[in-house]
Amino acid sequence: MPSVSMTVNGKPVTGDVEARTLLVQFLRENLRLTGTHVGCDTSQCGACVVHIDGIAAKSCTTLALQCEGAKITTIEGLAEPNGPLHPMQEAFREHHGLQCGYCTPGMIMAALDIVRRKGNDLDEHTIREQLDGNLCRCTGYHNIVKAIAAGAKAMAKGGAPAQAAE
Amino acid sequence: MSATGIGAAVRRKEDFRFITGKGQYVDDVVRPGETRAVFVRSPHARAKIKSIDVSAARKMPGVIDVLTGADLANDKIGGLICGWMIHSKDGTPMKMAPHPALAATTVNHVGDAVAVVIAATVAQGKDAAEKVKVDYEVLAAVVDPAKAKSGPQIHEIAAKNTIYEWSLGDSKATDTAFANAKHVTKLDIVNNRLAPNAMEPRAALAEYDSGTDQLTLWNTTQNPHVARLVISAFVGIAPEHKLRVIAPDVGGGFGSKIFIYPEEVVCLWASRKVRRPVKWTSDRSEAFVTDAHGRDHVTHAELALDANGKILALRAHTIANLGAYMSTFSSSVPTYLYATLLSGQYDIPQIYCEVDAVYTNTVPVDAYRGAGRPEATFVVERLVEVAARELGLDPAELRKRNFVKSFPHQTPVIMAYDAGDYGASLKKAMELADVKGFSKRKREAARHGKLRGLGYSTYIEACGIAPSQAVGSLGAGVGLWESAEVRVNPTGSVEVLTGTHAHGQGHETTFAQLVSERLGIPFDSVSIVHGDTDKVQFGMGTYGSRSGAVGMSAIVKALDKVEAKAKKVAGFMMEAAEGDIEFKDGKFTVKGTDKSVGWGDVALNAYIAHKFTGAELEPGLKETSFYDPTNFTFPAGCHIAEVEIDIETGKTEIVNWTAVDDFGTVINPMIVEGQVHGGIAQGVGQAMLEGVVYDKEGQLVTGSMMDYTMPRAHDLPSFKVETTETRAPSNPLGIKGCGEAGAIAAPAAVINAITDAIGTEQIAMPATANAVWAALSRATPRAAA
Repeated sequence: MPSVSMTVNGKPVTGDVEARTLLVQFLRENLRLTGTHVGCDTSQCGACVVHIDGIAAKSCTTLALQCEGAKITTIEGLAEPNGPLHPMQEAFREHHGLQCGYCTPGMIMAALDIVRRKGNDLDEHTIREQLDGNLCRCTGYHNIVKAIAAGAKAMAKGGAPAQAAE
Repeated sequence: MSATGIGAAVRRKEDFRFITGKGQYVDDVVRPGETRAVFVRSPHARAKIKSIDVSAARKMPGVIDVLTGADLANDKIGGLICGWMIHSKDGTPMKMAPHPALAATTVNHVGDAVAVVIAATVAQGKDAAEKVKVDYEVLAAVVDPAKAKSGPQIHEIAAKNTIYEWSLGDSKATDTAFANAKHVTKLDIVNNRLAPNAMEPRAALAEYDSGTDQLTLWNTTQNPHVARLVISAFVGIAPEHKLRVIAPDVGGGFGSKIFIYPEEVVCLWASRKVRRPVKWTSDRSEAFVTDAHGRDHVTHAELALDANGKILALRAHTIANLGAYMSTFSSSVPTYLYATLLSGQYDIPQIYCEVDAVYTNTVPVDAYRGAGRPEATFVVERLVEVAARELGLDPAELRKRNFVKSFPHQTPVIMAYDAGDYGASLKKAMELADVKGFSKRKREAARHGKLRGLGYSTYIEACGIAPSQAVGSLGAGVGLWESAEVRVNPTGSVEVLTGTHAHGQGHETTFAQLVSERLGIPFDSVSIVHGDTDKVQFGMGTYGSRSGAVGMSAIVKALDKVEAKAKKVAGFMMEAAEGDIEFKDGKFTVKGTDKSVGWGDVALNAYIAHKFTGAELEPGLKETSFYDPTNFTFPAGCHIAEVEIDIETGKTEIVNWTAVDDFGTVINPMIVEGQVHGGIAQGVGQAMLEGVVYDKEGQLVTGSMMDYTMPRAHDLPSFKVETTETRAPSNPLGIKGCGEAGAIAAPAAVINAITDAIGTEQIAMPATANAVWAALSRATPRAAA
């Protein structure tokens, strides 16, 4: 089995994987980072969104081997252990942007990518259009949209980058 | 109202783990030595299994075992059952066909499992599954429910593929009312078939402990005790006390995770055979062909009115497609959860409904958010809207003329509405939606080449399911009470064990709000425990918007007992008579004195038991209750959809959505609004986007999220959501329930708005851009008013 090395949430990791192993499988099964979820098998739902070198990507359609040398950030890497929550995480809680929680990690990671691309002052239309790659079955998106707008603003105030630093 | 008590928009306790990636869903649980189950599924809608050869699969790398339906039969594992008995008009019981967890002789839908590979990894399991050779003799399939009776017979027990021919109401009196009617509105309605698609796919992890002969099942279930009961008593996997079912974090249910499915049965059975934990996690593609679908009704409905627009009678004939097998509660959905709501919010003297339930070679159909009530609401609210248009009456006015205005109100279809104010929710919704300004907006839209339409849905539902004796008389195999246990710790913190289960509803928060307010203790000193049959005494689970009305009522009853006992303890502590003790804001006082002790002191004294003898009072402070409601609850309200349609493309945009719901007492308005938002999204999905499509051979055409259109953020607007309040008289908190309202109300509001805009009633759900465009080409748009 080939070996792959990458940095995940700031920590260097190495693992032996089958060539067909997906990044999401590597994260969930090898590293036991189970915050990244799988909600479909056609790259439609976005529950698996992580950041690869600072850019949002669906880890269900990325091979682990493609990520050799890459810097990966997952939901578990957004806030320092025992540190404050990332403003986007806080905004999801404050605005009730989640119910069952299953799509939430992917939503938050996708939201940060919207901020990276579109800035901190996001209108409703932009957020709704830009969320095209993420499905939620619980919230009707109403509060997710509110949470992302508020999270983006809070990030500007607090100076939090859309890409976690590592 | 305190900051964390009843009525406060408290932020959720459960959120921290979800926003930090620390949720524990079934697939996140890993057991030592775990193996993976991969199912071999039928590619045919209907076929005889001539032979299965697993020899090549057995030799594949990583394979531990390959098991078939014959092995299951050899081990005398029972089949799955439907737990609600419905009798036909002629008195004969419903025709429940055998449903083995692995098919041994025939397959009856695409996705029906015939074998399972137990392998070290999923990839190895999938490789081996491809080597299982199944020789099928393909048979003609029954797909269209409207033609099922004349199709080839699927199950030996069910002639004409008919499960039951059921009716409710007085046929003769209804016909007489129709004969005397001034106006009759007729509609043919298809309530489209839906795939539930909770974002977390179903999963099961079974572990057998040979030392204790104990089985544990981690399962994506909305009702772990019901799952244990059925798997034990009917499937016969293990005695109830030797089976533990754990439902950890569950990522959405919407009904689809109520039912007992073949996969959890097979994982349990296989784990005992291979003596290792066995895990199965559904792919989304598998979910489309195994999770019970929803709706799928074909209905002809008629409404009789007098010259003044007063409704005289309603009659309906519905064909309900239950799919290839009868799922756990499937029989109740198109009967007692459907026809009993055909009175809507209206005083209708006569109602008669016939329902024919049929088998087809499709995935089983069962409850999906709303379950029967969305289908009923769609029938009633479409009929009323179309009747108003035909009579030239304002649709709001026709509704007002017919609203039930005094309570209690006995409908002709079992339900006794106990409280409501339908005029109030309609009035408030019309103000919020600015109905007065609609004609101006319509003219404005027309200037831009757009058609505007406005649609109402004044819905009612029966929730808080339900009084056990009542549902028992209607055929339910279980009682639908709920249980609670309140454990006060010696330090005064409290654990509440509830038989309900949350999979997004936020019970950990709302239930704690109740306890915190009632005991006067900090919100953070309360934890809610659910989803484990080894911890919770028993429970019926969460569905039918019952957890607040029934589950919290059970907690109230247990809290009553805790308070009564705590007063006794306080009495001993303060050397006062029990009857002189008062309890308020976490403090016990002796009437007419300045003596007082705090909650924490009383809790400690209950456990150290230094102030009373065992003969006087049992030590400890823990109480349980089983609460059985006295009636259903009847949430109701008014949703108004305003749409704008592009004439060139048929693309429909929802430009305004107003919801005014009466849920009785609201514990946490933030959570309630969230429930309404999600319900509306699913209802809009049904009306405009979603629909399961099978081809003539029974192949599922919409078998992935690339083919089945799920509502996305840009398909929906932000919603205006408000409430009115009449308390439910049937439970101590006055709660009616809010989980399904949006999905029940929304489809009729959308279709009423679209048909208002396009000027024809001839449009089926989902009203996609293509369908709207096609309908427009046949219609003359209604002129701007």
